[in-house]
Amino acid sequence: MWLVRRTGCGWYAGPDAAGTPDRRSAIDTVVDDRRGGGWPGGSLGPRPPAEPARLQRRQDGRLAAGVAAGIAAHLAVPVVPVRVGFVVLLGFNGLGALLYAVFWAVLPVAPETRGAPRGRMVTLLPYAALAVGVLVFRGLAGGDQPATAALGWLFALIAVGAGIIWHQAGGGDQRRRAADPAAAGPPATPWLGAVLTETGRRAYLLRFVAGGVLIVVGTIGLAAVYAPVGGATVAAVVNGLLFALLALAGVGLVAAPVLWRIFGALREEREARIREQERAEFAAMVHDQVLHTLALIQRNVAAGSVAHRLARGQERTLRNWLYTSTGAPNERLAAALEQIAGEVEDAYGITVEVVVVGDAGTGEPVDALVAAAREALVNAARHAGVPTVSLYAEVEPELVSVFVRDRGVGFDPQAVDASRHGVRGSIIGRMERHGGRAEIVSAPGEGTEVRLSLPLTADRKDGSG
Amino acid sequence: MSEATAPPLRVFLVDDHAMFRTGVRAELAGQVPGGQGEDGAAAVGIEVVGEASTVADAIRQIVALTPDVVLLDVHLPEGGGRAVLEAVRAELGTGGPVRFLALSVSDAAEDVIGLIRAGARGYVTKSISATELAAAIRRVADGDAVFSPRLAGFVLDAFAARPDAPVADPELDQLTTREREVLRLLARGYAYKEIAKELYISIKTVETHVSNVLRKLQMSNRYELSRWAADRRLI
Repeated sequence: MWLVRRTGCGWYAGPDAAGTPDRRSAIDTVVDDRRGGGWPGGSLGPRPPAEPARLQRRQDGRLAAGVAAGIAAHLAVPVVPVRVGFVVLLGFNGLGALLYAVFWAVLPVAPETRGAPRGRMVTLLPYAALAVGVLVFRGLAGGDQPATAALGWLFALIAVGAGIIWHQAGGGDQRRRAADPAAAGPPATPWLGAVLTETGRRAYLLRFVAGGVLIVVGTIGLAAVYAPVGGATVAAVVNGLLFALLALAGVGLVAAPVLWRIFGALREEREARIREQERAEFAAMVHDQVLHTLALIQRNVAAGSVAHRLARGQERTLRNWLYTSTGAPNERLAAALEQIAGEVEDAYGITVEVVVVGDAGTGEPVDALVAAAREALVNAARHAGVPTVSLYAEVEPELVSVFVRDRGVGFDPQAVDASRHGVRGSIIGRMERHGGRAEIVSAPGEGTEVRLSLPLTADRKDGSG
Repeated sequence: MSEATAPPLRVFLVDDHAMFRTGVRAELAGQVPGGQGEDGAAAVGIEVVGEASTVADAIRQIVALTPDVVLLDVHLPEGGGRAVLEAVRAELGTGGPVRFLALSVSDAAEDVIGLIRAGARGYVTKSISATELAAAIRRVADGDAVFSPRLAGFVLDAFAARPDAPVADPELDQLTTREREVLRLLARGYAYKEIAKELYISIKTVETHVSNVLRKLQMSNRYELSRWAADRRLI
């Protein structure tokens, strides 16, 4: 539900070549994501008004791209004179259009107006009429030299075409939300985005082609005006254009399947990312509520009681599911130690604080180390008389060390050695058989620490030994 | 340690779980002044002077009350514990009188490292016992650092000698042998007193080593630390 509250980086507006202002564009959204649409982080929220307003495009009440509205807000003047100014400048070799396209390219969208609905298109009519009037007047008045006039218009043409294509790269999101009443209030569901992705592709293509045509016409026009090929006629230009189009079509035919696959891959990647985000959000929520409750239970009931044991077990299960990705217990040492700690916690109702630094693969000697550590944990749980036992393991290039420590009653190792065959066989003997060492440090009243170490040879490190 | 007659430490709680605040408040109230500190001296009392459940409320009250220690939940709506920490430090200066001890149910490395790098003096899990929590608060109030076993493990991991890891600043990017030993013992569940005994050094020296590690943790640009920090958008 949170997932579509993305902020689009880019934006769409302006001369809508495809004539489908309300249809969102699929690839927009994909590209939008890839540019780090990210999380809103408050950028959607209203910001305190900066004074004076920064020079930005404003999308609220925009007719084309919001350039005029932005300039008007920046200069603190009504928007109508600004718009009239652009239209009048049109008469000077298309200077108005060129300026507009440049502003369109360089000005960022004012964040607080992002996604605001477009102004009523009817309002454009007077400006269009005014533009025609200005052009007719300039035509009657004679105007500049034809070459200069053509030059201005051709540049404007290229700029507007480039603008249309560039601004494909963003804005699908806002446009969808502005256009789709259902999406305008609560953000749309993620799967809806995936479905719309299919239908928006045609609009994207249409706009791309329209922008491309503007650029091609402008460029060819420039070439014709400024670098006329020797004896170039209209027929020659048309022929050249035809061949160029044929070549383009050929390239398109070859590239189409590749592009199709790329779009598909992008879409899959996006869906996977959405799922991942959803999982992370869910994890954060569960983490905060349930883990808190489980921690509270553990604080408020007696250690070792059934409630404590259950809460601890639940917490461990949840934590493993949410965070741990250390590998399978039969493959990685860290996971194996976590597992035996959990087993001892469940069986004896104690808490085992596990800290593992580094990791190693498992194998016969490492398995023996894990088994000895388990035995040490069980001993601590049975005899130490304390609710908490620490298990620390560190993997160094040549050595694995495991320490099992409790702050319990302790014992005198000399005095009880004979009666502790269990410890002798299952810990010390086991370690020595596998080329390791075990040492038991304890004194009455001072707790016990079992120190296990196992040299790692090169072939054991990857778990193959 | 302070005299038995010293005024109690003023502690502020920031946590969005009311139950947890209530529980900690009751437990800390039970830590009577004059009880035994870890090194045998009489420990100062602890008084909870306020609590907050939101970032904005916490910032306002902490700046007004300037408590000695703030117990700061890592996960809070609207910016988390880090937002509180940064705002208060911006308001009172980074060397201000207020010290922060992070509390979390999370064991995720990036959460913990993130808050420490933002300036917290230590981190403990919420399952810590009341006595240990009181000891941690006193330690932080004294300007020392508090490492849970898990945090000590993270630091050892992050500062592990890797042949391919470039060391830009040996002073900050590497741990001394002694610091490594202290951290290992912390990770093994030793208390400061036990570490001092094991290594034949004074408790004060143990505290100095841990404080030095904290400083490295906050200042070093080691790749692992930067990565964690970047994950939490600290840079």
